[in-house]
Amino acid sequence: MRIKSEPSPRLLPVGEFGLLIDWGDTVSSLINDQVRALDVSLEAHSLDGIMERVPAYASLLLIYDPLVLHQSELITHINEHLSEIQIKSDHNIRQIEIPVQYGGDYGPDLASVAAHTGFSESEVVERHVSGFYRVGMMGFMPGFAYLLGLDSELETPRLKSPRTNIPAGSIGIAGQQTGIYPLDSPGGWQIIGRTTVKLFDPLSDTPFLLAPGDIVRFVESDGGSPI
Amino acid sequence: MKLIVEEAALWMSVQDRGRYGYQRFGLPESGPMDWWAFSAASWLVGNQPMQAGLECGFSTASLIVDCETLMAVCGAGYHLSVNGRTLPMWMSFSVRKGDQVRLQKVAGGNWAYLAVAGGIQSETWLGSRSTYSRAGLGANLAIGDHLPLKYTTQHTHSAGRSMPTHARPHYQRDPLIGVIPGPHQERFSAEIFDLFWAESYRVSTRSDRMGYRLTGARLNHRTGPDLVSQGMMIGQIQIPGDGQPIVMMPDHPTTGGYTSIAVVSRADRPLLVQAEPGLSNINFRPVSIAEAQESYAAAVAGFQNHSDNEEDLWLHL
Repeated sequence: MRIKSEPSPRLLPVGEFGLLIDWGDTVSSLINDQVRALDVSLEAHSLDGIMERVPAYASLLLIYDPLVLHQSELITHINEHLSEIQIKSDHNIRQIEIPVQYGGDYGPDLASVAAHTGFSESEVVERHVSGFYRVGMMGFMPGFAYLLGLDSELETPRLKSPRTNIPAGSIGIAGQQTGIYPLDSPGGWQIIGRTTVKLFDPLSDTPFLLAPGDIVRFVESDGGSPI
Repeated sequence: MKLIVEEAALWMSVQDRGRYGYQRFGLPESGPMDWWAFSAASWLVGNQPMQAGLECGFSTASLIVDCETLMAVCGAGYHLSVNGRTLPMWMSFSVRKGDQVRLQKVAGGNWAYLAVAGGIQSETWLGSRSTYSRAGLGANLAIGDHLPLKYTTQHTHSAGRSMPTHARPHYQRDPLIGVIPGPHQERFSAEIFDLFWAESYRVSTRSDRMGYRLTGARLNHRTGPDLVSQGMMIGQIQIPGDGQPIVMMPDHPTTGGYTSIAVVSRADRPLLVQAEPGLSNINFRPVSIAEAQESYAAAVAGFQNHSDNEEDLWLHL
């Protein structure tokens, strides 16, 4: 499907070597589709001098080398792509399944999420695994994906007091967000489970498991392999 | 063929030009705090930008060399000596097996860079040797660490090569930093911009390779500090709810949810990173994108004009 980018984003310079394409303050799949479409389009038709493309919920930051690429050339290029961007059909989107052991030592906050939402622990798990989560953006730490699509009835506020160490692979809920910790880290998310899958492996040929635009599915694992 | 850390600076790590293309996955570029001093040191020993050197910050470092090689030290706030004999910075010098190279911390800046001909041969992560300890890509160096070097019989450059003063950053105790307003300038009133241009700021001791926290006149937002998280780049001056600026440095978070009032120009970033905590008064002035790009082009032209044959490689840092 070819559509005009709606609503039109603003092009904002960020210093002398950045350009922010900004769709505004709305977090929605519709806006994120536009970001994704422009990102994909620029990947296919790149310009020499574009060093980084950083997609977020409602914006795309481009970092470029001003000695190679003039800002006006870049803006012309972006406008051409914005005027007719292609929303990728579903079969082009990667779907990544992540096995999770919920509850117990791996998910110390599963009970408090259940208490907060009024569901049983198994109902929380059932709702969590039934979601299709889109990687709306990445950031915070290498390999960390901000996932869109949490069941609104599972929304639970952050812990009042953050933990000093959350193990890598922990799955958490914070407000409307759900996500996976790629590294051991302090944090205030409600931890409901853990995966053995590595989100960031700097020695691998594919160091990042997830990429912006992917769809994540959580699958309950019986814990056959020790964590 | 190695360098041995005899005394470690508070902040001491291997850095090359940086790791590019991974900010979309949450991994910052890392690389040197003062790109200009790092590049100058590398250039003086005939290294390419992707060859790694050593970054020392905030306290004294000392190294023992176990082979003959060529070195250079550039930066600010350091005094260089070899076997106790003072040597000028911004000039290449020869060392022999057993020599002690000492970077002593003095006033006038925070960071110095040691380049060794052929580059430090530490582990490569995602195409770069730059340390990003937060994700386990290398670590801050400690006493006794060994840094492998490359065996080179012939150096393309000789000892005594120097970077002329006009091709170095003009470090000052109280620097005036050129910034490009935005990208969220509409979130600040004209009065707040007047304050930002008029007042001076100090570097907080809570600064690090992720960001420099500044203290000074409070910069209030028109409608609050928050925005939907978006990509964030080096040099961006973020204003959180307390109105105190944070300038993004090489290990910066790749996304952020606070508004930014301006972005430090690349040519002036070295002056800011060398501003001393609690001592330097920092002022800001607006520059245009064109002016910032010209300043940067002039800075890298310093490497071009004095280079023998590798001009092109130094243009695009």
